[in-house]
Parts: sequence; structure tokens; C-alpha cells
Amino acid sequence: MPRIALSHFETAMAFALLTSVVLGVVTKKTDKERIRYGLQTFGYFVLALFGLAWLMHFGHG
Amino acid sequence: MADNITRTGPSGIAAVALGFVLPGAGHFLLKRNIRGGLILLSVAIMFLLGIAMRGAFFQPQGGDLLNIIIYCGGFIADLCSGALYFIAVALGYNQPDVAGHVHDYGSKFLVGAGLLNILAMVDAWEIATGQKD
Repeated sequence: MPRIALSHFETAMAFALLTSVVLGVVTKKTDKERIRYGLQTFGYFVLALFGLAWLMHFGHG
Repeated sequence: MADNITRTGPSGIAAVALGFVLPGAGHFLLKRNIRGGLILLSVAIMFLLGIAMRGAFFQPQGGDLLNIIIYCGGFIADLCSGALYFIAVALGYNQPDVAGHVHDYGSKFLVGAGLLNILAMVDAWEIATGQKD
């Protein structure tokens, strides 16, 4: 198994993508709702990622 | 993505058990092949990324309550990756818990894969028992 070293951003994006897929699949009742929810969840992950990053940026001065 | 809707078929316990052994297999048993495939891909990729980042598996530990919750909870979550976990252990993967952010991400990915599979097992149960399509 190759050793990989992803950056924090890459790791967070991979986590967001994979988690969104599963949440989309298991949460809703129709395929349309599942796709919509998966995209929505991914968007929220990315939004939270950038929001927290800027918060920490300003928090550190 | 047209999945067949069936009310009679494999039992919920069989679907959950199969889903535990192999992520997404419960959905395959219930003829939800696309959803099962997406679950299998997502859980397997997350698990393999965790392994590739040299994440450590949690081992149950005693001590204070928080320690027990973290280590026992982490161990249970690791275990819920099913065959992926057992194959990795059988092949001798035993990364020590060392300091470093990449290792730490890896450990969280290994736990995350198991947690996603728990969600998948619950979903398989709900499908098998007719609570959802």
C-alpha cells in the first residue's frame, strides 16, 4: 500500500465528498432527493471548511 | 437509478449482517445495486485512504470515562468496516499510534469508514423492513 500524505484541505475535501455520497444515499426516499441532498451536504461541508478556515485565520491575528 | 421496490424478500437481519461483512452488500441483497455500489465505493475509498495515510486502529483501553469512550468507541467504529478491517489486520497492518497530522487524519478516516457503514446498515434494515424504498 503506497504511503500518501494529503494536505489538510485535500483530506477535508475527500472526507466531505465521500461522506456526502453516503449521506445522500441513505437519507432520502427518492433518487432526485438523494442527489439534491448529497450535493447540498457537500456544499455545506465546503462552506463550513472555508468559514472555519477564515475564522481561524482572523482568530490567530 | 431505478431501484426495484420489494416488500417481501431477505430479512432485515440478513441484510444488516451482510452489510456488516461487506459495506453495501446488504443493499445488493435487497436489489439496490446502485446504492450498494456507491456505499461500497465510498466506504472502501475512505478506508483505503486511512490505511494509505498510515492511520492507527483504535484498541479498547481502560482509564477515565473519556478515555474509555474514545478508545472503545473508536475500536467499535473501526470494527464496523467489516471485511476491510479484518483483511487489513490479517495482512499484518498494525500501524502504531504515532504523532503527526497525516497519521491522525488516517485514523479518523478509518473510523469514518466504519461510521458510514453503520449508516448503511441502518438504511439496509429500513429497506428490508419496509420503512423506506
